[in-house]
Amino acid sequence: MTKHKQIRIALRNCGVIDPQAIGEYIARDGYQALATCLTKMTPEEVIDQIKKSGLRGRGGGGFPTGLKFEITRKSVSDQKYVVCNADEGDPGAFMDRSILEGDPHSVIEAMAICGYCIGADKGLVYIRAEYPLAIERLKIALEQAREMGLLGKNIFNTGFSFDIELRYGAGAFVCGEETALIHSMEGLRGEPTFKPPFPSVSGYLGKPTNVNNVETFANIPVIINKGAGWFSAIGTEKSKGTKVFALAGKINNVGLIEVPMGTTLREVIYEIGGGIRNGKKFKAVQTGGPSGGCLTEKHLDTPIDYDNLIAAGSMMGSGGMIVMDEDNCMVAVAKFYLDFTVDESCGKCAPCRIGNKRLYELLDKITQGKATMEDISNLKNLCTVIRDASLCGLGQTSSNPVLSTLDNFYDEYIGHVVDHKCAAGQCKALMKYVVIDENCVGCTACARNCPVNAISGEKKQVHFIHQDICIKCGACYDRCKFNAIEIQ
Amino acid sequence: MNCCIPTISTRATRSPLNNLNTGNTMSSIKIKLHQQDIDKLKEVCASFNNDAGELINVLHKAQGIFGYLPAEVQEIISKELNVPLAKVYGVVTFYSFFTMIPKGKHPISICTGTACYVRGAEKVLDEFKKNLNIKVGETTADGKFSLSCLRCVGACGLAPVVLVGEKTYGRVAPDMVKEILAEYKD
Repeated sequence: MTKHKQIRIALRNCGVIDPQAIGEYIARDGYQALATCLTKMTPEEVIDQIKKSGLRGRGGGGFPTGLKFEITRKSVSDQKYVVCNADEGDPGAFMDRSILEGDPHSVIEAMAICGYCIGADKGLVYIRAEYPLAIERLKIALEQAREMGLLGKNIFNTGFSFDIELRYGAGAFVCGEETALIHSMEGLRGEPTFKPPFPSVSGYLGKPTNVNNVETFANIPVIINKGAGWFSAIGTEKSKGTKVFALAGKINNVGLIEVPMGTTLREVIYEIGGGIRNGKKFKAVQTGGPSGGCLTEKHLDTPIDYDNLIAAGSMMGSGGMIVMDEDNCMVAVAKFYLDFTVDESCGKCAPCRIGNKRLYELLDKITQGKATMEDISNLKNLCTVIRDASLCGLGQTSSNPVLSTLDNFYDEYIGHVVDHKCAAGQCKALMKYVVIDENCVGCTACARNCPVNAISGEKKQVHFIHQDICIKCGACYDRCKFNAIEIQ
Repeated sequence: MNCCIPTISTRATRSPLNNLNTGNTMSSIKIKLHQQDIDKLKEVCASFNNDAGELINVLHKAQGIFGYLPAEVQEIISKELNVPLAKVYGVVTFYSFFTMIPKGKHPISICTGTACYVRGAEKVLDEFKKNLNIKVGETTADGKFSLSCLRCVGACGLAPVVLVGEKTYGRVAPDMVKEILAEYKD
């Protein structure tokens, strides 16, 4: 019943073909699109098709792909590059890994088409070192494509030459930003630089470079084969086609899904995702990773597309969707993302380097129950300063998790600050383990297992937890067989 | 690895200013490389035509050989590729994949990506810290285990995920930690 909600374009071959057998890809119309482009279409016609299809960058920004091709084509240079961004750093998203492991040829074919469009004979895939299997499959696929003459010199006897090299990332989230990625490929620290000039004008080694994400590339052969009209019939007015989402968190069915743009969150979470685990209550869904925000109950019927998500205070991002239930504290979630951002900030510009650290400290203060209302207003101000003053996308969006939780879960922030209570029971400093006198039988299990001897009481007597000694490890709670310990 | 392995705390931070107070200095461990290791390293550099643009690929290979990137290794790479040592060090400390501290025989990595986080990775991490009595980024005194966090291995369906060496453990609960460690006791 849920199957028909999904349409597989980018994931069309994943799990269907053997990714290590080029013949199986070709049998499913593989390299047909490249042949059509090279033998029957001019580069301008191919770009025109992609523009008409309405395809937008699937890495998060949503820049029109056809337009990017056109700008890079118009840049004059003796050498140009096609770069595939496979540095999937957004925690909780793994669609690029699946495509590279399950259907590497679709990316290779699309990169060659891109090379034809912009006038480049060299492609580079910047891939995370954390994905060894994807690297291996990609290497096999490249070798097979070269053997069959689908990469290399004079492809299909058209005089067009194209080949692809691999470059490895080394674990830096900021390298998903295209200027940082280019620096990393040049063997430098992956620090972003100011745009313009955009990579389409001056990128890898100072030459015009077209950077696109894995999922974006995987869509291109289908657009050429089935036509821009077919593709643009799917989706909403400004967001065409499908999007792959990685469903994870407190949801029954975890994994990758591919749905037409415009599908609602409710359909995704309850129909495809099978609802919340253990019958708990839905609280929020986080989209867009550390750059995105949390969406709540009131957003469940919003059709998902680039513009609606931004209007709701989040963003599409690369497509991670983390579902949270009533046991997740939203202040702690915001703090989690800030911890990530502080760790991953490259340190080049002050608003991001210093500002995010201060944001983290403010959030930490709130989860410790030590904050004041003034801290909340400082939090808000600081968020806007970081957003407006940071150099690259990382800093410009790092405050989104804070702003969106402030908007949607203001009560929870107030609860921490004014009442010193964490409604979800996640913030340790605000929790208290206490013995329920009526249930305690005096078995001494809790006292014996307490690592700091914070529990006193004789055998068969009601026990008592000394709050000033308790470190809130929860050992007593776990050991008690009589439900005599509660968390307040 | 031809050196004793002390317990050293360092958490690589990308920002150069943040590095000032972590005590992560290049002289944290002094080792002497064997001539054959030096030759091997020079071969690696030569295989990339001693091209400065290939620095990251060279570092990947070097870490594959030595298990980590001590100052002495960086010095040789700096000379071979003709890149200032400060630049090499800058790159090594920038990327979390590179480490200047030898990892344990069984490196333990706990995924703290979002999906693992919301499914309780923090509690699993606490349990590992308690059992091994080390902090994140440290190696046990006997050199057997080291503990690190990583951001998403793309196995979010199995959250929370723990890697020990190459082996992946999925849906790890805090009470499974002792069993996992017991597998590597000898």
